[in-house]
Amino acid sequence: MTALVIAEHKNSHVKGATLNTVTAAAATGGDVHVLIAGHNAGEAARQAAQITGVSTVLHVDAPGFEHGLAENVAAQVVALAAKYSHLVFPATASGKNVAPRVAALLDVAQVSDIIKVISPDTFQRPIYAGNAIATVQSADSVKVLTVRTTGFDAAAASGGSATVEKVDAVSSNCASSFVSAEIAKNDRPELTAAKIIVSGGRALGSSDKFEEVLTPLADKLGAALGASRAAVDAGYAPNDWQVGQTGKIVAPQLYIACGISGAIQHLAGMKDSKVIVAINKDPEAPIFSVADYGLEADLFTAVPDLVAAL
Amino acid sequence: MLKVLVPVKRVVDFNVKVRVKSDGTGVDIANVKMSMNPFDEIAVEEAVRLKEKGVVTEVIAVSCGVTQCQETLRTAMAIGADRAIFVETTEELQPLAVAKLLKALVDKEQPCLIILGKQAIDDDCNQTGQMLAALANLPQATFASKIEVADGGAFVTREVDGGLETLKVKLPAVVTTDLRLNEPRYVTLPNIMKAKKNPIEVLKPSELGVDVTPRIKTLKVSEPPQRSAGIKVPDVATLVSKLKNDAKVI
Repeated sequence: MTALVIAEHKNSHVKGATLNTVTAAAATGGDVHVLIAGHNAGEAARQAAQITGVSTVLHVDAPGFEHGLAENVAAQVVALAAKYSHLVFPATASGKNVAPRVAALLDVAQVSDIIKVISPDTFQRPIYAGNAIATVQSADSVKVLTVRTTGFDAAAASGGSATVEKVDAVSSNCASSFVSAEIAKNDRPELTAAKIIVSGGRALGSSDKFEEVLTPLADKLGAALGASRAAVDAGYAPNDWQVGQTGKIVAPQLYIACGISGAIQHLAGMKDSKVIVAINKDPEAPIFSVADYGLEADLFTAVPDLVAAL
Repeated sequence: MLKVLVPVKRVVDFNVKVRVKSDGTGVDIANVKMSMNPFDEIAVEEAVRLKEKGVVTEVIAVSCGVTQCQETLRTAMAIGADRAIFVETTEELQPLAVAKLLKALVDKEQPCLIILGKQAIDDDCNQTGQMLAALANLPQATFASKIEVADGGAFVTREVDGGLETLKVKLPAVVTTDLRLNEPRYVTLPNIMKAKKNPIEVLKPSELGVDVTPRIKTLKVSEPPQRSAGIKVPDVATLVSKLKNDAKVI
């Protein structure tokens, strides 16, 4: 029994989500192999070989893999699938894009967003944005899984010594092509990967205030910025900052909710955070019912005070 | 005739806090408000806008499941879909089965675009669009925040981790919607009344030659670990001290 982890990587390096996915794959009980499908991705393959717990790295290199197009990566994974009991993807934008394509081509179901491996065929996953946890069993011969990275510790990025095997690329009749990318080039961590998130609600009142009050706190903590749906709908923050049931689901070490009342759909997106701080002047705000530390105060004075005190 | 197929799912309304049944067999959805999956509403809106711009000529909404899904189809038609197909079954439908049903409908209707919500807010699977693309051997562009049809293809801007990416997909193609794609219009009463006259074709999975037997068995549904309220701190200094010394997170 061997699990194949489809690595999240940028050709020049392996991304952090791969490490949590290796831990989840190891929990299925067999050997763990890692696939690096990329272009000029030798360095990513070398890094993958050092991850603790990985016995073999499959490295396939071709121009069609440079941007991780789902059609190409899925065809490659399907070509390799026969040897594996589990095909394990991180539940990132790219993992979620490719995994179901693989599952359908193999005519098997997929178990999305697992947070726990109970046995090789049984897994736990959140449904209804985490308001319920389902324990599900797959009857298919190969299990296609995506892994919620916040549910598993990261495997050590060094200490391993896997062999790297070169694999021939399979061609797929790909009808899509990469045009361009605009990846935000700031020093702020990605919302879904951040250890600390500073998040703002409608109480901020304007996009200028949102920026002026919350940015210094986020800068000081090296945090990502998030927002409630109300703040996004009011135009105070961009949509891709939205934390909640229909936005991003996050579980950082520290989540600081500023002027967020705590609507159900927002709580669904952040209640798995390790420590939650709520700053709100309304003592009845529902956010206080999930906060480890609640500060009843006007955020326009409390947040600058907090920045000064750190 | 350029058609767009838009699958829509009937789900528990996003404002409802679901309760896990005490016997652990699922969540209690009796007597709760049901609505169209929010991402699917965005998909319908996008399809209707493409029609309004003259890019496509017909918008067909599809829903699979129990009888009440027809209400969801009526909503899709009130937004602007021209007609609807209802695949009726009381079987639990999992994404692979829905993708197979949709594949059969793609063969039948030959749409140039299939626009789906990226995920349903009940099972949170995020699978059906990608599975349909695989089964129909079509290109896919998931998590779209912008769609422009030009040169026999669609330029789709996708929300990826950390930013945006633009792909060109040849048509026909499968696109799944993210939140930023559009803001669905309010459905007006006259449009609801008008939509009642639009036709709904009713089919059974067997008529489409699809076996919808579930592949995944739900053994148990339980409450997530409950978070209890912590403490209120009197001032910023206490908060900082707690975060540094007790929680050790800064």
